[in-house]
Amino acid sequence: MTQLDLTGLTAAPAQVWGGIRLVPLVREEPITDLRLRRELFGDAWMAVEPGDGTYYTSYIPHGFVADWSRDGKWQAAYGTQLCDEYDDADDVPVRAIPMRRLVQRAGSRRLRFLPLHLALEGYLALHFGGPSVLWEEWSARAVRRGLTPRAEMAYAGASVEGLDEALRIFEIHPGQCGVMVYAADALAAAFVVPHPEDYRALHASLLQDLYGELVYQHAYYSPPVREFTAVIDDTRVSDLAGLRAAALGQLSSWAGDHDRHLAGGLLDESYQITQLRRMGRYRLTRFLPPFALHREQHIGEAITDLKGRVAYLKSMRLSEAQIRRGHLLSRLAHHDWNLEDTAAALGASPVELVRRLRNAGFDGLLKRHVVEAAQRGRWDG
Amino acid sequence: METYADLVAAEDVLLFVNAAITSTGQREFRSTADEQRMSLDFLHEYVRVNYRELYAATLSLDINDHNAVEIIRRLLVTAREADEEQRRAEGRLIGARLAVLPPQRVYRLFGQLRRARVNNRRTRAIMRDWLAGRRDHGFDAVKYRSGFKTAVRHGHLPVPDELGDFLFAPRKRERYEHALLDTYRRARYTQTALYELPYTVAEGFAAQHGIPRAVFLERIAPRMTRGERLRGQESARAHKAKVEIDLAAMPLTRLASYVLSLDLSVRSERRAELTGALRAAARQAAGPYAGTWGRVAAVLDDSFSASGSGQKRRRPLAVALACHFLLAELAAAYVPLWTSGREDALLTYPYGPTPLGLRILDALDRSPARLVIVSDGWDNAPPGLAGEVLRVWRTRLDRSRRTSVVHLNPVYDADGYDVRRIAPSVPTAGIRDAEDLPALVELAQFAEGRTGLAELRAYLDARVKDFTAQDKDFSAQDGVTA
Repeated sequence: MTQLDLTGLTAAPAQVWGGIRLVPLVREEPITDLRLRRELFGDAWMAVEPGDGTYYTSYIPHGFVADWSRDGKWQAAYGTQLCDEYDDADDVPVRAIPMRRLVQRAGSRRLRFLPLHLALEGYLALHFGGPSVLWEEWSARAVRRGLTPRAEMAYAGASVEGLDEALRIFEIHPGQCGVMVYAADALAAAFVVPHPEDYRALHASLLQDLYGELVYQHAYYSPPVREFTAVIDDTRVSDLAGLRAAALGQLSSWAGDHDRHLAGGLLDESYQITQLRRMGRYRLTRFLPPFALHREQHIGEAITDLKGRVAYLKSMRLSEAQIRRGHLLSRLAHHDWNLEDTAAALGASPVELVRRLRNAGFDGLLKRHVVEAAQRGRWDG
Repeated sequence: METYADLVAAEDVLLFVNAAITSTGQREFRSTADEQRMSLDFLHEYVRVNYRELYAATLSLDINDHNAVEIIRRLLVTAREADEEQRRAEGRLIGARLAVLPPQRVYRLFGQLRRARVNNRRTRAIMRDWLAGRRDHGFDAVKYRSGFKTAVRHGHLPVPDELGDFLFAPRKRERYEHALLDTYRRARYTQTALYELPYTVAEGFAAQHGIPRAVFLERIAPRMTRGERLRGQESARAHKAKVEIDLAAMPLTRLASYVLSLDLSVRSERRAELTGALRAAARQAAGPYAGTWGRVAAVLDDSFSASGSGQKRRRPLAVALACHFLLAELAAAYVPLWTSGREDALLTYPYGPTPLGLRILDALDRSPARLVIVSDGWDNAPPGLAGEVLRVWRTRLDRSRRTSVVHLNPVYDADGYDVRRIAPSVPTAGIRDAEDLPALVELAQFAEGRTGLAELRAYLDARVKDFTAQDKDFSAQDGVTA
């Protein structure tokens, strides 16, 4: 269990549009030996193989290509084109080949992956195999086939109210390598890239990303959020230099306040990090939260260097129902899928646990008579 | 004695003036065309109903043509609400304003009046007087054919037989006595004739005859107006045709827009030429005020939002660039500070956030006599810092007002029904063309809230008197081929 390390990234003042607050993250030293590029898929409805014999099917409009150098030297992003005229018909980007896997090699120093789907697949495949011990309450289907088919719903960025406009009018800072998206001041997503030029190219891709139900609702119902405006105490200022110091103090205090208060839910949480692929001195990983109830929980993927500093990050906030599902599954797995033990650990009766499983949409895993008995308030285990 | 109502009235009128200067009902960076139009419609209606005299008097200010037409239309549509004396004053103002409006806008206004079924004696008289002031009806009939026809028909205006035939029975005559009308007839059949027609009309014939663009541009060049030449420059360059142009004679803001439309590499190649032209245009705009403003510092906004919209491309940045050159002429000593921190004004492009507060601090460091801020007022790095800096500066550090600060805003904020302000203590005025800067700075003093309705009325009366006393035969800006 470790935390995300955003060393080197500083929060610049936020820009607000309606219910959406965008906080730019500025990198003092851009990372030059790892670059990202987006490729658009013509056929966005895709089924890919995570590699364990299952299939992952989703609307996937784009993928990322990461390439890195071994010697740490500067390089351009893969697919960069030099051209004189922007609107020349020949200058359309190379058409991307649809992918068969979530992560696949595209050369010795290049990797293609599907952003956010990597993280989401990690969440969907959580204890996907089903009961590990054959307690008699579990149905034959659960034992044989596990949780399949497991589905979650998310919203495309384009349908999140006001996000398109907020991204359009957002003024990208010099050196900006990331952004944190807040809907009604709830952290909806964090996005970090290695290099400012990558960010400029990928800024609009936020509109095609996935957002949880919570974010959609927050953005839809939220009144305009307030700007955190600068306030200078004029009794302490006696000359122009003092005024300048006070003004600069506003900037640095914002960066601290943001990390502590606004982004705390993402940054202070400890995550279970799984390494997916080695990429030179970088690691492609995905992280899962501890699924603590009634707390802000994010899933996501990251590319970190050897010291664990984040070069690339994309996160997605889970809704309450999703957290509950993750919580139940991880609790069950922790107690070897024994309903009575799990219920005791949760401080509830087995009947209540069955009801909770049913509400979470997992009743298909249990034998029918167990569920029906629980409906009538009896424990039939 | 100023009453509260007077203060409110002065404020309402000022915010209407700001809106009428900046908004054209087109899309802006942060609002759509519909939002702009709706907001502007409300203001027009509100001010017309409540302060009709002041509403009419704004015609004498440097408001943009879109709003001038809108005001005239609303005044004529609701003529019944005005009394005899008001009507007379309005008539004079409308006449004077129509004389300086571009004819295509006036013809469009006449079309709107026709659609609104406004056809009273006064409207007809206004149309008659305006048409009587036009130099050549034959020219108007060719260049603004449908507009002219509508006006003649709607205003029941008598036209000579020949012109009547040209408009209403075009196939009736074998030939016309009027040279241009006859050229128009011949242009249907002979290619050479079309080069004697106005550019916009000839363009249609050229397409009909299938004339290559390069040949057409080169030969029609002498018939182009100033604006058409400027607009056609890049098209001519792409077709390798030569369209002569005297950049230095262009209006300053138009020229700035043109410069910003060029690629950075082209700008640095033609640096001497472009800078020279901008300076010359600025000198002309400064006129007698040149060098009279003392030490001036300017904070100019070239953040990403200065890119405007698809309809107003880079307009806020063009205004800032034009102000930069104009202030350089007006000031004895001048310091420009772009928000992005770049220093080469000619190579500016919209980029980055808007750290207005920090830039204002840099400007105050130079202790200028005047501080001019040209920005859309969206101070976002961090938000509100500019207002705080200016407030503390006013209340703590510069109580004797050695530095006068003014904010000029090229963008109308549809939600706020005004241009966006930086701080309540700083006078803000809308700006459309940098050429009006000296007049606007004067007007902005009213926006500080210290001057009331009486002074505002006096100011407007003086402007109205100047405006209506001008020679009626003001040379209109169309068909004059340069």
